[in-house]
Amino acid sequence: MRRILVGIKRVIDFNVRVRVRPDGSGVVTEGVKMSANPFDSIALEEAIRLRERGEADEVLAVSIGPTEAQQQLRDALAMGADRAILVKADAGLEPPAVARTLLKLVERESPRLVLLGKQAIDDDSNQTGQMLAALWDRPQATFASKIEIQGEVARVTREVDAGLETIEVDLPAVCTADLRLNEPRYIKLPDIMKAKKKPLDVVELASLGVDPAPRLKVVKLEAPPQRQKGVIVKDAAELVAALKQKGLV
Amino acid sequence: MNRVLVVAEHADGRLNAAVAKCVACARTIPDSEITVAVLAKDGGEVAAAAAALEGVARVLLVANPSNEPALAAVLAPQVAKLAEGHAFVLGPSTTFGKDLMPRVAALLDAPQVSDVMAFESATRLRRPMYAANAIATVELPAGRSVVATVRVASFQAVPAGGKAPVEPVTLDVKLPASTRFVSVTAARGDRPDLQTAARVVSGGRALGSAENFKLIQGLADKLGAAIGASRAAVDAGYAPNELQVGQTGKIIAPELYVAVGISGAIQHLTGIKDARTIVAINKDPEAPIFEVADYGLVGDLFSLLPEIEKLL
Repeated sequence: MRRILVGIKRVIDFNVRVRVRPDGSGVVTEGVKMSANPFDSIALEEAIRLRERGEADEVLAVSIGPTEAQQQLRDALAMGADRAILVKADAGLEPPAVARTLLKLVERESPRLVLLGKQAIDDDSNQTGQMLAALWDRPQATFASKIEIQGEVARVTREVDAGLETIEVDLPAVCTADLRLNEPRYIKLPDIMKAKKKPLDVVELASLGVDPAPRLKVVKLEAPPQRQKGVIVKDAAELVAALKQKGLV
Repeated sequence: MNRVLVVAEHADGRLNAAVAKCVACARTIPDSEITVAVLAKDGGEVAAAAAALEGVARVLLVANPSNEPALAAVLAPQVAKLAEGHAFVLGPSTTFGKDLMPRVAALLDAPQVSDVMAFESATRLRRPMYAANAIATVELPAGRSVVATVRVASFQAVPAGGKAPVEPVTLDVKLPASTRFVSVTAARGDRPDLQTAARVVSGGRALGSAENFKLIQGLADKLGAAIGASRAAVDAGYAPNELQVGQTGKIIAPELYVAVGISGAIQHLTGIKDARTIVAINKDPEAPIFEVADYGLVGDLFSLLPEIEKLL
């Protein structure tokens, strides 16, 4: 079975304006909408498209998180994943522990491709895919904007600082999705009904033998300093004069 | 003593300007001794440039044809080998560093801290989370190596003027052949590098087309500025991806940032909040960009751009 494993993280919805708690212990989550990490949705869309193009037989969506993350997995099944696994774990699992957990599932499921978002929009770490690739001792293709599979090789275009880089990786490999890889499809109501019949397994993190203990400690969170609002100038001449006065032009 | 290894990014025989900022970050770690690792095809010029950076104690040069163009899977085992005995392994928070450093961290079984903004001590640092809507103070574990990427916009480059020794190193590490470079498209030309330019002119969706996007070139030429773009402009196909400024593009800190026809979505503002002076030109007086701009000019960019150019 040619399988693609996709990681789905439950995060604060990208439309929510995140606020730091006054005591600095975290961010406000009460009554806040939660969603799949947008980059993970892009990864899932790509996996589904690869299956639709005949490059895969099964799309397996995996989340590591609280019981509530089943909702994001149900959404993934409605979008088109074939089955899902939730690894139940407390929030705050660090990327190395997430990568080790994914490795356990990779060893069990033997995917030809692991597709993850390039980063989660909560901790913005941008680490998990690369760490999984290292632990698995397989190639990585991060920040993908195009993925083509030809036999046992994936040709991946990556969004890098210099422009667009293309590399070839032997499969199996880990690929992380950047913004312009695709636009995830909308979920239709009948698909939500169908998704209820698809298998969603729940396993405990402890049963996989992964040590969840964090190594870093977030001591506090603070709101960033705000920039002061400046002045509105009336025309081009006033703008250029102001910039000249400050020695900026 | 805190031994710090800084991984050098380079291309075409030139040291990336982000490296001098990583060294600046490394110098803020108390009692640090800084080694720069250059992994290159031959790397003589790059190593010499790294050796000249103030505060660098030595440069390790690993010359190997496999090291260029840089591939994380090839570099990571070598960097992990070089990292032995170092308390910190730093790389820039560029796509090069973001790709490579977590792979190194996993090989070292070390935790990684991404986008370091400041070291408060050898065991405490600050980094952004939630698209920089929160700044976290992070405590590091004692007695364990830590890998970190450096948010280059948070540091001023160290000057050249040092003269550290360059030590060639041969590594006995098996390198994988399962990742192969094919090609890279780069269309930068003569303009300053967006990531490190002192002045940047960026265009947004209001420019309306790829053809119109070129209108900001005149202003950029007058200012000697790099060109950037909002995500909306890149998504619309007006500008290539490498010009994107913002949370998911480049995070920059120029002396002068001119936003032309950019409304100022949060994710864009995240990329420019360290700019010294922000100028915004937009026809919508309610655009969020005016909330952060030092100088705002409300009006039609198509008539304002030539006017400003003429006055410069």
